[in-house]
Amino acid sequence: MTDLATYNFAYLDEQTKRMIRRAILKAISIPGYQVPFASREMPMPYGWGTGGVQVTAAIIGPEDVLKVIDQGADDTTNAVSIRAFFQKVADVAVTTHTKDATIIQTRHRIPEQKLTEGQVLVYQVPIPEPLRFLEPRETETRKMHALEEYGLMHVKLYEDIAINGRISKTYAYPVKVDGRYVMDPSPTPKFDNPKMHMSDALQLFGAGREKRIYAVPPHTEVVSLDFEDYPFEIQTFEQDCALCGAHGVYLDEVVLDDKGGRMFVCSDTDHCEDRREHGHAGAMLAPNQEAAE
Amino acid sequence: MSDNPLLKVSGVSKFYGSRIGCQDVNFELWPGEVLAIVGESGSGKTTLLNCISTRLLPTAGSVEYRMRDGNFRDLYHMSEAERRFLMRTDWGFVHQNPADGLRMTVSAGANVGERLMAVGDRHYGKIRETATDWLGRVEISADRIDDQPRAFSGGMRQRLQIARNLVTGPRLVFMDEPTGGLDVSVQARLLDLVRGLVNDLGLAAIVVTHDLAVARLLSHRMMVMKDGHVIEHGLTDRVLDDPREPYTQLLVSSILQV
Repeated sequence: MTDLATYNFAYLDEQTKRMIRRAILKAISIPGYQVPFASREMPMPYGWGTGGVQVTAAIIGPEDVLKVIDQGADDTTNAVSIRAFFQKVADVAVTTHTKDATIIQTRHRIPEQKLTEGQVLVYQVPIPEPLRFLEPRETETRKMHALEEYGLMHVKLYEDIAINGRISKTYAYPVKVDGRYVMDPSPTPKFDNPKMHMSDALQLFGAGREKRIYAVPPHTEVVSLDFEDYPFEIQTFEQDCALCGAHGVYLDEVVLDDKGGRMFVCSDTDHCEDRREHGHAGAMLAPNQEAAE
Repeated sequence: MSDNPLLKVSGVSKFYGSRIGCQDVNFELWPGEVLAIVGESGSGKTTLLNCISTRLLPTAGSVEYRMRDGNFRDLYHMSEAERRFLMRTDWGFVHQNPADGLRMTVSAGANVGERLMAVGDRHYGKIRETATDWLGRVEISADRIDDQPRAFSGGMRQRLQIARNLVTGPRLVFMDEPTGGLDVSVQARLLDLVRGLVNDLGLAAIVVTHDLAVARLLSHRMMVMKDGHVIEHGLTDRVLDDPREPYTQLLVSSILQV
């Protein structure tokens, strides 16, 4: 009696996985369209990635190598627990290296390293409807998607410029996929929006509480919405990463003390570690780590 | 006025179960003409307006509209996409309560600009310029462009709603009690404004009102409704000065004289 709790491979039963795969196939066929699916209860609370976990569970196979990131980091609670979950219920290999992974489940970031053909990026999505805060009625937003009435999205951007002098939306920045559907790229920073455009990897989005799956197939046009005289632009950072010296990557601010001390480091921990291994050093990296230990 | 009507309404009826909303209404509306639908509360004015403006599916009858290409189309045989496109470009709808027709949580400029963005305008500077121009035309000062309608008075809201509807240069505007809920001096100013705009732009309009003074000031022709039926129909001055139906006579004689 060693195996008291036995799970089907990847936790979900085969019929459920089949249902989710059908939703995924439909989502891939209609890029950016939100496909309803019968989301299951997962052994974690809503908001912790139940949608992403179900998508991953439906596509993962014994040969896959899984990487899980939360805000770019491999070592935060959400990432660690989901990784451990799949190690337990699917017994798959896991990695923190972007280039080695076949499936990357992510919350809020796209890895800095360019994704390649054959990789699948699974997003955990809290609110899949980009028009939700502008139009509360689901019946109405569905109609707006069906009839391609997206003027309202620009009203939001107009409002941003009128109040702040620029488009101040920095995350969940709306995009138009394949010239048709307006899509919420989940709360990724707009810094990552250009990476979605013509990506070699397949991008799948799962929203567990809202029961929606949508997708961006490889080599699909993803355009961020903007005005002709206020074009879309991504965040820029004055500093380089304090640990690896990387420039032009997305940085997190880390508060060091209560006297205003702070440092800016790569949000993508794997990217940062990889650079340090290759001898890059930022301003605040300890000069000799072996000596310090 | 051109030779062809803009709108042809024939045999429109709406039943709510066994109750009559409106029954067998026929009329034609020419470009540049303002038609008032008057009657007491519950007489079917708003039901009729909603049936004509595709907001409510009539039980029977047809509503045909002359599109910009000159061809008549039955509104209820169009696809929903075409109908909605028509509603936000070639038509306007002014609600009695401005909160129903405005987005109360976005600025006045965005309210006016929404229709422009809906038809594909993607230049912020131009949208703002047009919005400023339209606010001026409805006598809202340009420095209120970034204020939300919540901060506006009732009269200003109503004027903003009118600007929002007219910005795409519609040919037909529906108004449901446009002056309801406004005090008398504001009403007078609004009517003056609407009359000016309708004349300048050559708009056709259908105005639903229970206020005969509004009908007198705005409309060329009027229809009197009672219990879902049109009981009298004619030039506004004729109907008001020389009402034929006993009910119309009653209605006209019950205007308060000060």
